[in-house]
Formats: sequence, C-alpha cells, structure tokens
Amino acid sequence: MSLRGKACIVGAYEHPLRKAPGHSVARLHAEVAAGALADAGLTKDDVDGYFCAGDAPGLGPIDMAEYMNLTRLRHVDATDTGGSSYLLHVSHAAQAIAAGKCDVALVTLAGRPRSSGTATGTRPRSWGPDIPNDAYELPYGRTVAAAYALVAARHMHEFGTTSEQLAWVKVAASHHAQHNPQAMLPQVVTVEDVVSSPMVSDPLHRLDCCVISDGGGALVVARPEIARRLNRPVITLRGAGEAVKHQEAGGIDLTYSAGRRSGAAAFAEAGVSPADIRYASIYDSFTITVVVQLEDLGFCEKGRGGAFVADGNLISGVGRLPFNTDGGGLCNNHPANRGGMTKVIEAVRQLRGEAHPAVQVPGCHLALAHGTGGLLGTRHGSATLILERA
Amino acid sequence: MMAPAPDPDSAPFLQAAREGRLLIGRCLDTGRAFFYPRAISPFTLSSNVAMEAASGRGTIYSVTVMRARPAYAVAYVELEEGPRIFTNIVDCDLDALRIGQAVRVLFRPAEDGQPLPVFTPA
Repeated sequence: MSLRGKACIVGAYEHPLRKAPGHSVARLHAEVAAGALADAGLTKDDVDGYFCAGDAPGLGPIDMAEYMNLTRLRHVDATDTGGSSYLLHVSHAAQAIAAGKCDVALVTLAGRPRSSGTATGTRPRSWGPDIPNDAYELPYGRTVAAAYALVAARHMHEFGTTSEQLAWVKVAASHHAQHNPQAMLPQVVTVEDVVSSPMVSDPLHRLDCCVISDGGGALVVARPEIARRLNRPVITLRGAGEAVKHQEAGGIDLTYSAGRRSGAAAFAEAGVSPADIRYASIYDSFTITVVVQLEDLGFCEKGRGGAFVADGNLISGVGRLPFNTDGGGLCNNHPANRGGMTKVIEAVRQLRGEAHPAVQVPGCHLALAHGTGGLLGTRHGSATLILERA
Repeated sequence: MMAPAPDPDSAPFLQAAREGRLLIGRCLDTGRAFFYPRAISPFTLSSNVAMEAASGRGTIYSVTVMRARPAYAVAYVELEEGPRIFTNIVDCDLDALRIGQAVRVLFRPAEDGQPLPVFTPA
C-alpha cells in the first residue's frame, strides 16, 4: 500500500517559549496540542488518534490522553526513535488513516531540558535502564557531542571536508534565524565566528552545535476528505520512509546515516527526485548532521556535502537548496532535545506560504522534512517525509 | 570513568577485563567475530557463541577529543580481529592522535574499581 495522498497535515504549531520553568511537561504538550488543533480549525473532540514519544510523561498515550481528556481515541502509537519520532508519527498516522483506524491524528512533542539544566551534549547520559550497549560506551564518556564528532572526524579524513565547510551550515541557519523573533540565536554569524568558537569535541565547535531549549510542537494529520473541508491550504503526504542504523555488531561505518534508506524509500513512494524539492528541513543537531544527511538523501554525491553547503547554498534566496528557514535547531529551537517536530512544522509553513517573507521560498509546492534520532555516531533512527501542496 | 552497570550479558566481558583480557564475541555458526559481546549471535540469533580474548592490537578508525575538564579522547578502534569498538585513547598527546594510528590495549579502573579496556598508541 502506498501512502501517497492518503493523509494531510492540517494543523501545525510551535510553542513560542524557549524557556518554560513554570510549565509542567504535560501542560506544554497540551498547549501545543491546542495550538495545532486551533490552527486546523478542529477541537480536541475531533481527535481519534494520538501519537507521542519518550518525551511525553509516563505511559505517554495513556497519561497524556487523561491530562488532555481525549475521550474518543481509537488508535495510539508511542513509537520512539528519539528526535526523528514525530516524522515517523506522521507516516504512521497516514498508515492508520489509510487503514481506517482513525480520521484525525494528533502528534505532540514537548519538554524542558533547558529549565532542568540538562547537560544535553557534554555529559555521558543513559537513555534508560537495561540498555545492552551502555556498559561498553558510557564508561568511555560517550557524550552526544563526541558521538557526532566521531562522524565529523571520519568525514574529514575520508572526504577532505573542512571546518569552514561545516561552519557554512550554521551561517545559513543564522541568516534565517535573524527573521525569527522567537529564535534563541538570532544573530547572523560568519564562518570565522563558528571556527573560532570554543572547541567542544574536535572537530565540532560550540557553534557547530544546536541550542538547548524548552518548548514543543504539535501536528494534526487528517483524512484528505476532512482536510478539504477545513479552511487551510491542503498539505498532502506524498512519500515517507524510515530506517534504523547501528553498529552492526562491530562493523559500523560512520560515513553514512540511516537517511540513505529512509530517503530512498520516501523518494520512491513520492515518485520524485531530490532535484524536484524546493525546500528541505534537515535535522541539524550539529552542522555535520546536515552534511551527512544531504549526501544520504541524494542532494549531492557522498563525500561532496561539505562543498555543497559552502558559500551560502542553503540560504533562502541565495542558494540552490533553502533549508531550515526558521533557523533550525542550530539557531531557533530544539525542544526536548528532539528536533524532528520543528522540521515538519517549518516545512508546512513553507508549503502554505506562511514562512517569514524574508525566507519564504516562492512557489514552494514540494518540500522534504528529514530527521534523525539517537546518535549518528553509534545508533539512530531516521525518517523522511515528502510533502506537497495540492 | 563511569562504572558499568551490572548486566548478565556484559558479566563475562567485565570478568575478563579483571583478568587483563579484552573479550570479543565469536559466532560459531558463521565464524565471524562481533562486538559488543552478547549472549546471542548478532548474525544468526542463535546462542551458539563463544567469547574469546582479542589480541589487543588495532588502529584508530575515528577519534575526537572531548574538551571536558579534564579532556579525554573518545575513539572507535578497529581491532585486528575486525570489529570496531567504542573506547578511549589514553597515555598520549591528545592533540597528536590520528585516524589510522596503531594502538594497543591496556586496562584502567572505572569509578568502582572495575578494570576496563582502553587503548594507547602502540
């Protein structure tokens, strides 16, 4: 069964807060849910499918359904692949809608790592109990930054990628963030600013890293017949793919990501190619994340990602592939340390023509949103969505 | 070093480390080496596996210096037997570490005294 045309994104909402010490995590989830439903012109009592991941409190679908008093649910899904979860949720919601299991699916993400002082990228952290790889990695100081730095170091070794090329990803994001009044880092930065910022984990500098923020976001996915009745542009799912990549029993290859498979699946289902994409939301936990994924998605050859992102090629109105026009995780927002939700939201804004006028891609009818979750340097999930405006 | 949480799967690896050996897994169905060690074969899912001591020789596949206080080097080392393993490089000039460099195993105690394999330039 193809998902092409089977479901539409009818509501999208990003929480305006970047620091929310007075909000519970449950309240943040409920506020983004309310925002996305209002955006769609629906109410909570229209929701019969609910999707959330590990950022939701407790037994997510149960505890959050109670908090929001969702009483009509007939389909729930708590698939957790870290920051990519919400892209998988859109795909899984489309599957459920196509199978008749629900009509209006709500997807929420929220958290407050900033208020809780989480050393997100620079302290070794376990994701939970009984994880079989922890004994072999946490004692060695496996931080998020180090895991991505290992990918960057190998990419530089194999392909000659430079710190200056990586820096261009941050520079492009900052050019977009200057137009976003809610962005955490709205200042335009230069390549020199990035490469002279303090080293976090060689070769990644502080400005190669994303922000740490509270907040969240939500999406509403609905059956096309419902989408056409609502007073919003109809944004249809055209293709989706998901994949998981890990150490493969000791055979890890750091030069590529799971995006190679999730992207190929999404493009095949959509029947389009990277050259057709007018705007791309690309997960940007670090600058290297973007470079590797652009290659794996087929926007350029493997190993040429550094050259591809250089000289402003990702800047809207300047380069060939406008990306993360909200400023992305690198400059705007990375709520709950999970950036997949905001990738979809900005793609929806672009397709509706509702991005900031300074970064809106003219005639944006076909967009890609791609996320990874977990650690690129050890194990991660990824998902790719191709969305179109009807 | 953070102490490894006890786990039935990693117990043989930790016991071997106390005896100064770096343990890897071997699938007896396919003859292939694997890491990390576990009770089932990652190639066939059978429990027809053996644990064996690696030579402790390898080369750096990728390396980064985490600029914490104190700074430390995180690496994947490709063992002579094949598997690439997540580890630290110690007793070295952190800024001189290079991909492709030859390294050899040694053992360092974690916070709880449990010795763990790490590597140093050969």
